[in-house]
Amino acid sequence: MSNTFKGGVRPHYKKEHTFASPIEAMKPSDILFFPLSQYQGGSCYPIVKTGDRVLKGQKIADSEQEISAPIHSSVSGRVIAIEPRAVISGKIVPSIVIENDFLDEKLQNALFVEDKPIEELLPEEIIRIARDAGIVGMGGKAFPTHYKLSKALEKKVDTLIINGTECEPYITADHRAMIEYPRPILGGIHLIMQCLGIKKCFIGIEDNKEDAIATMNSVSRKSDVIVVELKTKYPQGGEKQLIKAVLGKEVPPNKLPIDIGCIVFNVDTCATLYRAVTTKMPLVKRIVTVSGTRVIHSHNLIVKIGTPISELFEFCGGFTKEPKKVIVGGPMLGITINNLEVPIEKSSMAVLAFGLKDDHKYKNKSCIRCGKCIRTCPMNLMPNFIEMYANKGMLKECVNLNVNDCIECGNCAYICPSRINLVQTMRDVKKAILDSEEV
Amino acid sequence: MSSGLLVTTSPHIKNDDNISIIMIDYLIALTPAMIMGVFYFGLRTLIITFISIVCCVIFEYLYRLLMKKSFSINDLSAVVIGMLIAFTLPPTVPYWIPVVGAFFAIVIVKELFGGIGKYFMNPVLCARAFLFSWPIIMTTWSVPFNKIGLFIVDKADIITEPTPLNILKLKSGVLPDQNIFQMIFGERGGSIGETCSILLILGGIYLLYRKVITWHIPVAFIGTVAVLTYVFHWNYDAVNHMLYNIFSGGLLLCAIFIATDYSTSPITRRGKLIFGIGCGAITVFLRYFGGYPEGVCFAVLIMNAFVWLIDKYTRPRRYGTGGGAINV
Repeated sequence: MSNTFKGGVRPHYKKEHTFASPIEAMKPSDILFFPLSQYQGGSCYPIVKTGDRVLKGQKIADSEQEISAPIHSSVSGRVIAIEPRAVISGKIVPSIVIENDFLDEKLQNALFVEDKPIEELLPEEIIRIARDAGIVGMGGKAFPTHYKLSKALEKKVDTLIINGTECEPYITADHRAMIEYPRPILGGIHLIMQCLGIKKCFIGIEDNKEDAIATMNSVSRKSDVIVVELKTKYPQGGEKQLIKAVLGKEVPPNKLPIDIGCIVFNVDTCATLYRAVTTKMPLVKRIVTVSGTRVIHSHNLIVKIGTPISELFEFCGGFTKEPKKVIVGGPMLGITINNLEVPIEKSSMAVLAFGLKDDHKYKNKSCIRCGKCIRTCPMNLMPNFIEMYANKGMLKECVNLNVNDCIECGNCAYICPSRINLVQTMRDVKKAILDSEEV
Repeated sequence: MSSGLLVTTSPHIKNDDNISIIMIDYLIALTPAMIMGVFYFGLRTLIITFISIVCCVIFEYLYRLLMKKSFSINDLSAVVIGMLIAFTLPPTVPYWIPVVGAFFAIVIVKELFGGIGKYFMNPVLCARAFLFSWPIIMTTWSVPFNKIGLFIVDKADIITEPTPLNILKLKSGVLPDQNIFQMIFGERGGSIGETCSILLILGGIYLLYRKVITWHIPVAFIGTVAVLTYVFHWNYDAVNHMLYNIFSGGLLLCAIFIATDYSTSPITRRGKLIFGIGCGAITVFLRYFGGYPEGVCFAVLIMNAFVWLIDKYTRPRRYGTGGGAINV
């Protein structure tokens, strides 16, 4: 096994700011915001009214759609408004605003988990808990976990792969989780294996996290869970790249991992599922890395979902200088925000603040055909040719060059010496193709 | 929102690479061979190089000014082209030759086809091929350490001798006068920058280390020449014939620095291998049967014409299909 994939880049990881800082609980904020649409899939409708008192763990919004997950209050307090507010993606989304009363009253057994040993839980029960707890993929994509599990149950999946790669620079949330909470992660892994009847599990961890590899190895020693050391390379955590690295298999175009018999979950998703089952508390908090060149004290924090991002920076001592760019997520895939009052969502792994010096401008000089984008593309695409055709509006040729296989990892734009924003072209082309198909 | 925060699309980091850095790497890699050229053939070579570089930059500037295009001087590609044109010239050429070469390379070959990344024939080699319109000038080789006048070249001053390739071309079985060490260190007649093989190879290793070029074209190119000259060795000892062929002519200069030019070589690794093998095979053919003793220049130009075809048929395998994939 090569333990990696073809292509990829090695950016400056800059994880040293936070990889040794233990996860700290952040003090709860006064007012929290819960956008009704924060995942891939359908948005929710509120099931509370302005003026209602809510408890911690109480469901405040739900959806009938299959690909969606409910939202829970992360504090006890009062609903003071349900109004449109800005969210991370830049959109304005209806959000529930809750004022914290700092009583921290929990809703007992919010998930109606029966009192029986975990080993006796049936697959359907685990999927129901995953849904009721509002669990989504914690690694950034926020795909509802219950839907992924139920699809996998239909398809007969035999291999579970756990994503502990954390291949994005700066972020150390999963790294710290593996060191500090290896047992909940392992517990979650066993729950998923139990749910899907899987006998084989691999945890893929990049070799720049030796302590995490050692910790996971020490807890999983006697079980059927194998830790696989992977080469440190971006995007090692991409689903298709991870499967290639761990199993040596490639997921065919337009297919999902479950089509070749495997399924991938993030380490933090496993821990969250385990906590939901054992503490009977839904997903109301997550680990967030606060870092970047403009942050005074970089930290890994446990943050209540719905906390405004400005308070995270405040908790970390504020800024050295006024930041010029704030990113939610990693620097390769993350989203920039122009408003620090937007709340942390379930999939927000990190908030990073940078100055102008760390920023770069796309100059879009002409392509010099160096071929670096082709060599680094993990999906074997030819981004420079797609760019050429796209500039001429030749969408059919772009399709022939498999532009729809693009996973938008950003390697091509990262590596391009002509500073062409190739990945943005890929996104535009994919959207244009989708639009033209609809017509 | 007037928060003053920048909103851009990902990725938000970028490696430090840019076109100028790549071109500076080329210049660094070429400088040692340049110094050896001055050492063997005198200060005149420095002036030729200087004229060539300055003319390339001026012509590019004027063309862009005239055509109202954005300026591309600071990417330094014109400087590299200028330096390489000088490298392919004999040290005895009059000073107007690099001016004509620079004009042809920059205006006709590079800019008229759209500038960097767009031209499909190598400007350096095109200029050299064009300059063969003055065949006597282009084939008057000087002996190393022969004092050539800086400004007035007196025909009587030029001590010429056949280059090693001229000798090999005779297929007589008599090796050139130079021993193999003189060949490696460049103490032979030839173009300004082509003779010092060892420094050219070191320059190539530097470019490989800096990831400016990949090994595919130089290795395939030189390897093919090596194999073919070893197998078809006429009346010579096979190993000697092979070594003299590798170290003579502009093979190393061309295989490492010129054929690897991004714009005029295939973009995939497989394509580069095919390109290199093609260049090598045509080089040997031209050296054996062509009118000039040297074949590298025309070999690369011929293969340049096939780059689009190679690019078309060496596309990477689609992820998840073909070898290594599983059928579902």
